[in-house]
Amino acid sequence: MEPRFTRRGLGAAALAGTAAAALAACGAGSDPLKDKDSSGDSGGGDQKVGKAVRIGSQDYYSNEVIAELFALVIEKSGGTVDRQYRIGQREVYMSEIEAGKIDLFPEYLGNTLQYFQKDATAKTAEEIHKALGESMPKGWEALAFAEAADQDSINTTAEFAKEHSLKQLGDLAGIKDLKVAANSEFEARPYGPKGLKKVYGVDVSVVGVEDSGGPLTVKALLDGDVQLADIYSADPAIKKNGFVTLEDPKSLILPQNVVPLAKSALEDAHKKAVEGVIAKLTTDELIALNTDSVDSGAKASVVAEKWLKKQGLL
Amino acid sequence: MITETLTWLTDPINVTGPTGWLQLIGQHLMYTIITLAIAAAIALPIGLYVGHTGRLRSAAVLATGLTRALPTLGLLTLFALLAGIGLVAPVIALVVLAVPSILAGAYSGLESVPRSTIDGARAQGMTEMQILTQVEVPLGIELIIGGLRSAFMQVLATAMLAAYVGNGGLGKLIFLGMKTEDYPVMLAGSLLVIVLAILCDVILALVQRAARPKGIARTA
Repeated sequence: MEPRFTRRGLGAAALAGTAAAALAACGAGSDPLKDKDSSGDSGGGDQKVGKAVRIGSQDYYSNEVIAELFALVIEKSGGTVDRQYRIGQREVYMSEIEAGKIDLFPEYLGNTLQYFQKDATAKTAEEIHKALGESMPKGWEALAFAEAADQDSINTTAEFAKEHSLKQLGDLAGIKDLKVAANSEFEARPYGPKGLKKVYGVDVSVVGVEDSGGPLTVKALLDGDVQLADIYSADPAIKKNGFVTLEDPKSLILPQNVVPLAKSALEDAHKKAVEGVIAKLTTDELIALNTDSVDSGAKASVVAEKWLKKQGLL
Repeated sequence: MITETLTWLTDPINVTGPTGWLQLIGQHLMYTIITLAIAAAIALPIGLYVGHTGRLRSAAVLATGLTRALPTLGLLTLFALLAGIGLVAPVIALVVLAVPSILAGAYSGLESVPRSTIDGARAQGMTEMQILTQVEVPLGIELIIGGLRSAFMQVLATAMLAAYVGNGGLGKLIFLGMKTEDYPVMLAGSLLVIVLAILCDVILALVQRAARPKGIARTA
């Protein structure tokens, strides 16, 4: 999600700009030309765990660091790990999970539930975790979730917040010509303009900046091209630029606490090790991990190891 | 899914609405034409100079090769980090994409003119400017327009990226469809740009043919 200035990342992203390539990429997961209903063959794979625990991650640096935290503690508890990081986005890796090719995956509560249950109504983290337990593929479970959440959040500059005395989303009601920089998908999300209008009575228009709350979105907000920006709540850029994250008292945006998805067949000792990490993973700690990762540019393994040692887990 | 795409394409809201595809096509063409105009203003004079004088030829070849290797999305991100969101960054990135084809078309167009013809013109006492405008350009026009034509196609296809930094264009449909797994919308965007590209290419091919001077055998 976070664009990095590597040749590979840019090349891959450039490809995503063309329809053919995007269709081909999705082809790796599910065939987009097939009707959705006919591809619902889930849980058909072999849900045993082999000698090495296969840990996957999203194509998102922060998610990879979390996966690496799991990998290191499992290795410490005597297991061996097969790292399958940076698989892609949800629709790609979920089919790998359903086919049983992955044993453990760090996920986020709300989005995962919405993937399995399009019409989910659960709102709080606890409700979502419970609903998730009931809708996971056969042979899979959602382990305890972390306090740390990494979710869409609406941010504004300190000046704009002060000028209009903004604390929460509802305070935006009545302000004219509000523009929010976000991926264009924001337009279609339940917490997009329609949700903001319905729940908080706020009118916004979306300016599509397709880097998932990355540097371009941040720049658009800093430049004053937009008054609001959708940035992941654990993004170090929020604190660094003194942005104000508007509170969401009516839970319009689903909580996205970190939650490990694991095969039920995963050894108890390994599950315990992962839960040890989850117990220490607060939002502040996740931001610290992300900050370290962004600032130092170090590999996930280095960032993860440093943090685990500090927490006394390694 | 093909039927869903067709349904989407024919829904009046999606045709003439504020973000309907008629408007998106208009924006897309506008971005392409702005880019082409700037790129041509830069590349044609240089290309004609190189083709006419033969000077700096290896530098031009090297520069076209190098700029062709630059990833446009990378450039776009880089320029947008400097210039902010809006049309400036994508236009610069697309100009960089368009210049090599136009440049190469211009100098190879002039190079395709037989030396004996140019020597003949010079022997008749034509000035260098007359040779360029009355002999070399008319005889090389097919390749010069060919360069513009291929640049136009590249830019039209890549102008999808304008939507990456807060603009419109058909890229909007691609990004929206991709992130929300709404493949019919994505396919609609792709189909529109394909049809647009074919139409434009046919028109440019006709222009190219019409520009060919009468009474000469086709070169190459």
